[in-house]
Amino acid sequence: MPANTETLSSAALDLRKIATDVVSRAMKAGASAADAIVRDETEFSTVVRMREVETLKEAGSRGMGLRVFVGKRMASTYSSDFSREGIERLVGGALELAKLTSEDPSAGLPDESDLGSLPGDLKLYYDDVFSFPPEQRIEYARRAEKAALEADPRIRNSEGGGFDASTGRKVLANSLGFVGEYERSYCSITAVPIAQDENGSMQRDYWYSAARSLARLDSPESIGREAARRTVRRLGARKVPSTKVPIVFDRTVAASILAHVFEAASGDAIYRHSSFLTGKLGEKIAGENITIIDDGTMPGGFGTSPFDGEGVPTRKTVVVENGVLKSYLLNSYTARKLSLQTTGNASRGLAGNPGIGSGNFFLQPGQHSPQQIIAGVQRGFFVTEFLGFGINLVTGDFSRGATGLWIENGELTFPVEEVTVAGNFKEMLKNIAEIGSDLEFRSSTACPTLRIEGMTLAGE
Amino acid sequence: MTQNQSLFFQKFGITPNDLQRYLSEALSAGGEYADLYFEYLTSTSISVDEGIVKSASQGISAGCGVRVLAGERTGYAHTDDLAPEKILRAARTAALIARGPGQQPVQAFKETAVHQLYQISSPSADAEIAAKLELVMRADRAARAYDPRIVQMRGVYADELRQILVIGSDGTFADDIQPMARMSILCIAKNGNTSARGQSGGGGRVGLDYFNNEKTPEYFAAEAARQAIIQLDAREAPAGEMEVVLGPGWPGILLHEAIGHGLEADFNRKGTSAFSGLIGKRVASEKCTVVDNGTLPSRRGSINVDDEGSPTQNTVLIEKGILKGYLSDKLSSKLMGLPDTGNGRRESYEHIPMPRMTNTYMLSGDDAPQDIIRSVKRGVYAVNFGGGQVDITSGKFVFSASEAYMIEGGQVTAPLRNCTLIGNGPDALTKVSMVGNDLQLDEGVGTCGKDGQSVPVGVGIPTIKLDKMTVGGTAS
Repeated sequence: MPANTETLSSAALDLRKIATDVVSRAMKAGASAADAIVRDETEFSTVVRMREVETLKEAGSRGMGLRVFVGKRMASTYSSDFSREGIERLVGGALELAKLTSEDPSAGLPDESDLGSLPGDLKLYYDDVFSFPPEQRIEYARRAEKAALEADPRIRNSEGGGFDASTGRKVLANSLGFVGEYERSYCSITAVPIAQDENGSMQRDYWYSAARSLARLDSPESIGREAARRTVRRLGARKVPSTKVPIVFDRTVAASILAHVFEAASGDAIYRHSSFLTGKLGEKIAGENITIIDDGTMPGGFGTSPFDGEGVPTRKTVVVENGVLKSYLLNSYTARKLSLQTTGNASRGLAGNPGIGSGNFFLQPGQHSPQQIIAGVQRGFFVTEFLGFGINLVTGDFSRGATGLWIENGELTFPVEEVTVAGNFKEMLKNIAEIGSDLEFRSSTACPTLRIEGMTLAGE
Repeated sequence: MTQNQSLFFQKFGITPNDLQRYLSEALSAGGEYADLYFEYLTSTSISVDEGIVKSASQGISAGCGVRVLAGERTGYAHTDDLAPEKILRAARTAALIARGPGQQPVQAFKETAVHQLYQISSPSADAEIAAKLELVMRADRAARAYDPRIVQMRGVYADELRQILVIGSDGTFADDIQPMARMSILCIAKNGNTSARGQSGGGGRVGLDYFNNEKTPEYFAAEAARQAIIQLDAREAPAGEMEVVLGPGWPGILLHEAIGHGLEADFNRKGTSAFSGLIGKRVASEKCTVVDNGTLPSRRGSINVDDEGSPTQNTVLIEKGILKGYLSDKLSSKLMGLPDTGNGRRESYEHIPMPRMTNTYMLSGDDAPQDIIRSVKRGVYAVNFGGGQVDITSGKFVFSASEAYMIEGGQVTAPLRNCTLIGNGPDALTKVSMVGNDLQLDEGVGTCGKDGQSVPVGVGIPTIKLDKMTVGGTAS
């Protein structure tokens, strides 16, 4: 499609020019190395509540960030002001700041030989996300909510159905000559219904579908119906007595557990000794059945990009293989700190040093369906939602509020709420007794249904 | 003319006539109300890590958000370019939420009389960067000197200066220059194979002198180090229902999660809060009086005007156990026929305002804190917390203690780890049987998230006893 490429590159040229211009100005002003990121984003979001449009938001925004090195000193500035004066201030400010920071032997851009961008079409951008007319976007939100409201008479209220769309272009340039750019699109449909029982007590749950292309979204009706099913089943929830039972984690909450592994394996946490995985490379940290992968290269993935926040190509990294910790996730800085190689996991906001970001981070699926896993539990708890963030990555202590359904003789029975599930994360990783076959990427982190033994449920 | 007007009027060349024009455009499709939110934010952040200042960053973000209300509908658009044609375009986009001929005239602007809550001679954003750098280095030295078992220390000093101008078609004309400064310290302690962490920090709408004269880097560093060292010896928290005593200050996060969010007017207008329809009903023991007060000088959660240009207030939420009122913004107050309590806040010009808390706290009672602890046979004494979360609709909330102890036979005994508390908002405070005479506000670290928007808030509470609450540990 030459015509299409033409329009893309003319818009792109502008940002490329700004990014390379900022870098060369910084070098002229005395930086020994620099990189700049320039972002241009468009967003649309709407909520339809009780069948009426409640909010409609549309906007575009731009920003740029500059990082400079003066010898081994680093500083950064960012701005939304693209005027000439704004750019001068960005550059001047960064160099001023860099006079004050400390010499850091590990500071610097990645090695030149590590720089690059994955070739080929990674299927990150689809025109249909924004060519879709606003009226129809609103209609998607309306249909999702309508399906939820009509799915069950106990659905009596709603926080609405929503449709969101965004596109963003990102350019990264550095003083080693790297210039890379990519564009990504994203859209999602959500439904958040509220159910009420005869006593007047209410429950809320939600469901959503997200994709890089409109064509890949689930139908609004299926989102609404699933949201209603998840909400209604929570009605009449009660507390249960404190006990130790097998706990089955729905894949939505399992993904949140897996995200803790990502945080714990991140280079920043490792070199600062603030992770229980520090110094555990090559050791067994989980059961034999556990293999965890980070893959930034999967076409169309939510965690996919051609290069990371420092201009290093993304890749596939086996983090845990059959229970053994094989790799941390690193950017060039943390790699230098740990005398390892970068894994292409730099994440770069506009401000500050790059952090660590995941590609598509997932746990290899197992053999059994979620139904089979539940059927194998005599007495246990099926968790469908977490409340709170109770994990301490230094110690591995884990305790989070949980909502879900009680399992009795292999079947889901009554809903449960106002309890916590707790254990030590180090033990939890070794006590994953079952892994579901239901891996599905709903965001960049995905995990199948898990059954974990040995955790404590605290309730009455 | 105030300083602020001079920024938006002079730096960006905006005139009162322009403002009229933007608002007229925003109302051109039949909207009932429109407002413009101009924001110019500068921020600085400096961090010390492994004993050196690894990074320093400064940034500027500026923009304008245009909102149009039509019944329960909100149209919103924003631009980071303050050129007239860009703002007009945003106004036209937001206008389309309404359908019909433009009817509502723009009222003559009337400047809002604002509080003067930030009593500082010069905001820290203007101070020398070297002076800020010295603060983090002092914290680093103090943390390391505290105990040889402190193996890692990370400190951040961050400040910002937010200049806003809010213009409404109802004549609202309000501006404010909102300073904010904060230090945060994280320490890791190690003893043999055991590691633990401790965290502290604080600040507010204060200048740099606050960190030299009132709460010093040494104070915050010692506090983080102290917590980390204590946690080295912590044992597993119990699991199940028991008596819980909350220490004064930051444990006020209980109020924020258990009742504060549930009393935000938007949820109640829509009937989606567990507190919907409970005004005038008992939701707490009669020892409990809870307020949300945006007018406390220098506090992190305080603002002279909210982000809709309304002055903040001191609002009674619960009086002697009875639910008195909601926290409201313009939209909810209009639709519900309630007073606007000045709680319409937003993260930035990119965000739609909604009812948010400011500083939420419980007033002191009569009990001596020692008597409260002495009255507990077996329970948990929680004095510091990480974060919390609430499900508005079911009312269930959790908050995680980062420093807690067992109480056995009326005595505070072993430190606990992994101590999460869970409860039900509408009845948690009915179990408050003792309220201390020692109200404290937190140090100024709270950030509240709602619908993806973060705003700074404060909390406070005296020592209180809850007769029954579920402790989410693992020990029996």
